[in-house]
Amino acid sequence: MSDTTYTTADAFDEPQDPADEAVTNQPFETTEGDKVYTVTGGDWDTIQAPDEGEKERLIVNMGPQHPSTHGVLRMIVELDGEAVTKMRCAIGYLHTGIEKNMEFRSWTQGATFVTRMDYVAGLHNELVYALAVEKLMGIEDQIPERASVIRVMMSELSRIASHLVAIATGGMELGALTGMTQGFRDREPILDLFEAITGLRMNHAYIRPGGVSVDLPQGIEKTIKETIDLCRLRFKDTANLLIGNSIWLGRTQGVGYLDLTGCMALGITGPILRATGLPWDLRKEQPYCGFENYEFSVPTETTCDVYGRFLIRMAELQESLNIVEQCLDRLQPGPVMVEDKKISWPSQLTVGGDGQGNSLEHIKEIMGTSMEALIHHFKLVTEGFRVPAGQAYVAVESAKGELGMHVVSDGGTRPYRAHMRDPSFTNLQSVAAMTEGGMLSDVVASISSIDPVMGGVDR
Amino acid sequence: MTTPTSEPGDELEPSFGIPIAPLEIAEHRTGQFGITGSPDVSGYGGLSSNVVLPPESLRPFGGWFDEVADSLVEALGTGSGGIEKFVVENGQLTIHVKRDNLHEIAQALRDDPLLRFEMSLGVNGVHWPQESGRELHAVYHLRSYTHNRMVRVESTCPDADPHIPSLTDIYPTNDWHERETYDMFGIIFDGHPYLTRIQMPDDWPGHPQRKDYPLGGIPVEYKGATTPPPDQRRSYN
Repeated sequence: MSDTTYTTADAFDEPQDPADEAVTNQPFETTEGDKVYTVTGGDWDTIQAPDEGEKERLIVNMGPQHPSTHGVLRMIVELDGEAVTKMRCAIGYLHTGIEKNMEFRSWTQGATFVTRMDYVAGLHNELVYALAVEKLMGIEDQIPERASVIRVMMSELSRIASHLVAIATGGMELGALTGMTQGFRDREPILDLFEAITGLRMNHAYIRPGGVSVDLPQGIEKTIKETIDLCRLRFKDTANLLIGNSIWLGRTQGVGYLDLTGCMALGITGPILRATGLPWDLRKEQPYCGFENYEFSVPTETTCDVYGRFLIRMAELQESLNIVEQCLDRLQPGPVMVEDKKISWPSQLTVGGDGQGNSLEHIKEIMGTSMEALIHHFKLVTEGFRVPAGQAYVAVESAKGELGMHVVSDGGTRPYRAHMRDPSFTNLQSVAAMTEGGMLSDVVASISSIDPVMGGVDR
Repeated sequence: MTTPTSEPGDELEPSFGIPIAPLEIAEHRTGQFGITGSPDVSGYGGLSSNVVLPPESLRPFGGWFDEVADSLVEALGTGSGGIEKFVVENGQLTIHVKRDNLHEIAQALRDDPLLRFEMSLGVNGVHWPQESGRELHAVYHLRSYTHNRMVRVESTCPDADPHIPSLTDIYPTNDWHERETYDMFGIIFDGHPYLTRIQMPDDWPGHPQRKDYPLGGIPVEYKGATTPPPDQRRSYN
């Protein structure tokens, strides 16, 4: 292991001469002594012919390019007729090395990277990253109240957007196309809000260590209120369409069963866990950002199946709307970044004639009047702030479950190691338990009920 | 880093003197900015400082940490010598354990009624190449739903012998997490049912999250200016 040195050329070598391709089917041994084969399709027989007397074995690769696999998820399904006898997931097709990249950027820039992990609910990633860095710096108490309220509001809006995608794509995959069009229609006003507040529909980098990048725009409260009312109205459509719908029930009830024991063993969190009847929600159990001051309930079901998870997501949409409404009542004028000028971004962002950027007043100050302010700006932007050496783990309840961030610092201006415990990654392990023994068509229903986002799974 | 000089269990007795735990020095820095390769003209180029990781914590830890520590020591009995030290930092408890005892300690953490850390949040690797003899760290986060608590368990192994026992038989959820840590750091989890790569392709050479892994970037030229690859840019660490 350690005595081998790898050169760049090793890692980026093109595949060898095509004539050598026949050799790739040769197994190589793992550390555990198991053999690992590389199959490229249509050549399974070269590796393992069916045993004597065994029925014909059919192995189907579902994905990684398949419209019902929620992105680049590959499932290797062993079939007996239409029944699934064995199923394994292969992931890594969207691995982009985000965690490694973060080690070469400043702590503030990390927000830009984590938001691209689970890109459907990116604000949760930013929130948990910011909270973890703040814990490491010991400045949790200095986060202004307004910033915390905005964080809660944005993370709940993000939960709504994520659940809508889960319900919409789940509907589409099971043939309820109207569920898809409605879900994406309903998500659009939420994304418009994001655009108005952060400047972007996704990949916001809005919640940053120390607070949020920019204050809410003037008069946005009214727009948010209108959006909530619109959502309340529109969510009824989806509820009317799917809840109690006999076709929907037929596809989802009793499918993808995973009980509490299975969830605990496999580390499953989120709607899947709550569909077993356990009201475990980190917003209640380990409140962050002042969640203990908000009134909301944790919906549960006891069916342990796809339908139960769907009902929980529908109920959580309403709860999240209630929380956003409470946030509007709690919003008081004030700063949105920590007071400490050695941490907070030196300027507020504003929208100018050429788009969003540093405010003109700030540019005027640093370029025209204050040399020290210019040095300060330059140091903080290029070098960043230092974070005391140590480690911290912070978890939030994302739309998919427990989203944890483990950050390690060596006292420098960059994360020494940043690891996201993404709920999609862990929850995806349960696919085999949910689907083996069932029908092939139920695989799709199970996957959609897990709601994995491959950006978060592979990172 | 700690070398227990007393009998197992003695370390957990309350200490009233000055902390004697050796400092965990992560790094030594010189100069004002921590840069290398270009001269430090700040006038503070002679600065010299150590980056110190949080040291071993002494009793009482505070809160429920003492309860967990006591229960764990009691549950392990004579095996409690496997606990290297307790560290409380940022309001979180880290239990540093020897890798030989990791399995039994995890078993006790899960099964003891007073501990009941029944939920594993996976394992994460950290590579500290400068800590000779314990370069590779495996960090586990365990959550107790019963008591609503969270602890961190940290174990290490040397680069030359990167073996740590697998916890998949205690926490099946660690299956993919251990595969990912193997993939990224090359830590071999003994006893894992099929320890194969999970994110990188099966035939990938090297373990990308290790600090000595070559990034392989090239300088990029744009409008006459050249930007070096990320690992060759000026670093202030």
